[in-house]
Amino acid sequence: MIELRGLTRTFYVGGRPVHALRELDLGVPDGDYISIMGPSGSGKSTLLNLLGCLDRPTAGSYLLDGDEVGQLDENELTQVRRHKIGFVFQSFHLVPRLTAAGNVELPMTFAGVERAQRRERVARTLQSVGLGERVGHRPEQLSGGEQQRVAIARAIAMDPAILLADEPTGNLDSRSGQEVIDLLEGMNAEGLTVIMVTHNPEIAERARHRIRLADGRLVEEEFA
Amino acid sequence: MSSLDLFRFSAGALRGHRLRTGLCLLGVAIGVTAVILLTSLGEGARLFVTGEFSQLGTNLIIIAPGKTETSGAAPIFGGVPHDLTVEDVEAIKRYVHTAKAVAPLAYGQAQARHGQTTREVNVAGTTPEFREIREVAVRLGSYLPEGKAHQAQRVCVIGIKIQEELFPGTNPLGETLRIGEDRFRIIGVMAPRGTSLGMNLDEVVHVPVRAAQRMFNQAGLFRAFVSVRNHDEIEATKQAVIDLLRKRHGGVEDVTAITQDAVLTTFGNIMTTLTAALGGIAAISLCVAGIGIMNVMLVTVSERTSEIGLLKALGASRRQILACFLIEAAIISSMGGALGLGLGYLFNRAIIAIYPTFPVQPPQWAVAGAVAVSVLVGVAFGALPARRAARLDPVAALAKR
Repeated sequence: MIELRGLTRTFYVGGRPVHALRELDLGVPDGDYISIMGPSGSGKSTLLNLLGCLDRPTAGSYLLDGDEVGQLDENELTQVRRHKIGFVFQSFHLVPRLTAAGNVELPMTFAGVERAQRRERVARTLQSVGLGERVGHRPEQLSGGEQQRVAIARAIAMDPAILLADEPTGNLDSRSGQEVIDLLEGMNAEGLTVIMVTHNPEIAERARHRIRLADGRLVEEEFA
Repeated sequence: MSSLDLFRFSAGALRGHRLRTGLCLLGVAIGVTAVILLTSLGEGARLFVTGEFSQLGTNLIIIAPGKTETSGAAPIFGGVPHDLTVEDVEAIKRYVHTAKAVAPLAYGQAQARHGQTTREVNVAGTTPEFREIREVAVRLGSYLPEGKAHQAQRVCVIGIKIQEELFPGTNPLGETLRIGEDRFRIIGVMAPRGTSLGMNLDEVVHVPVRAAQRMFNQAGLFRAFVSVRNHDEIEATKQAVIDLLRKRHGGVEDVTAITQDAVLTTFGNIMTTLTAALGGIAAISLCVAGIGIMNVMLVTVSERTSEIGLLKALGASRRQILACFLIEAAIISSMGGALGLGLGYLFNRAIIAIYPTFPVQPPQWAVAGAVAVSVLVGVAFGALPARRAARLDPVAALAKR
């Protein structure tokens, strides 16, 4: 459960303030499926980074399951990222020297999950994204769609409540993109909150909850 | 995250850059090799020198006439030191009970001649106890005769070199050797001893002490030697000898007693300092290797910036990221240390093979120190890059491609 009240993020570039987000109000209930649209520089990525606890707001309130994120210290933010949030990126961000299994295992390794349990979960998660046969392949040996599915498997390995996807289909052809969207929607149907930034109106339309940003402000919000 | 997992992750990252890691590791290895090699040369020199000195025997007190220290009172009462005499030596033997063997030494150089052959020889005038003190081995015939009555007898025991040069191919026993103006009967030939402290022991002729004194027209002795049974007794014996000689010399302390301990300790200290200095110089190369590690780790951190951002997004803590990079640096430096250790020992073996008499051997403190320092260097020089990695802003790091 996410509640944003007057969320503001201001950067200073060469001493001048750049208002990336201005007084944003938004509520995201558990299990929501929300798409974020808007032109480049409208604050989409900033919002996603704030939601993912990679960044802190300049002003306003971000309540995540009742906790005020702005007041959490570095260790607590690490715990939030580790247990509650999964990330999927446009450029996949797979570690090139690790196999598909190694990449999926990574968040569990840093969370201190037992080796045997990690193995079992890696196999299960890769199976669930349809890559049970690709466990030992490195990213360079996989297609773009497969790489993104490995990334999704990695994002859900720690069983988070929220999945943040930053243009997950942006680097994929339409067929692979469709597979990725199907996968995300399937997970949403099982209760995962999916928050997705996209440029593609067709994909955005599929979400139950759609918002549009412009110049750091929420300019449109609709529910299907 | 278990330490095994951390190690696996770091080792995996290093495996991706074999050449870079290898070169960096080589830098550390060369540093460690240099420390081991130079200190073992220094230690070898120390063992060699102290070995030469301890051939003289560590249970030995050497007494020389004259006092090297300035004495305030002495000039008023005459100032000229008494000779050290054969009688003094006999008194030591009688009154100092801890003395095991006591021998006088009168010393000089003279011409030795047999037939038409002449050569310069060192003449040592002494008593049979000298044999025990200096571990003289007789190869042929016998050593100097026992008993006071024979102290002036004109007999001699010659070194192997003199036998070879003056009596080539013949048995010298019973032959007459002319030394200076006197004629000596050869009663023995000493076994070869080689050189000790620059003196060739094979070119010496041993004669009874009074015969030598007469030959060189000396009343006093060059040295007296006192050996003890037990190393613990050496200080007490030395003091007893000095006290006795003071009493015999009219209350003036006019002899100097030297123990091998003092000489050995002094030389040992000098050489240990030298070895440490060599080790210090070699340690500079370890420091340079550390800077190499720092450089490579900085490159690694900047190359893997987006990976670090990703790890943070996946829930890796600052401390974990710090640990990953520190461990990478430590792996490089400790593997370098191990390789350097191996190389150092290999070079040592090579030196031993080439110069078998030179006892090269790295001192244990240097080996332990070099390995410890090499690991420390990795951690110390890896700290800055690792800190930089841990403090990266995840948003900026992820954005970097």
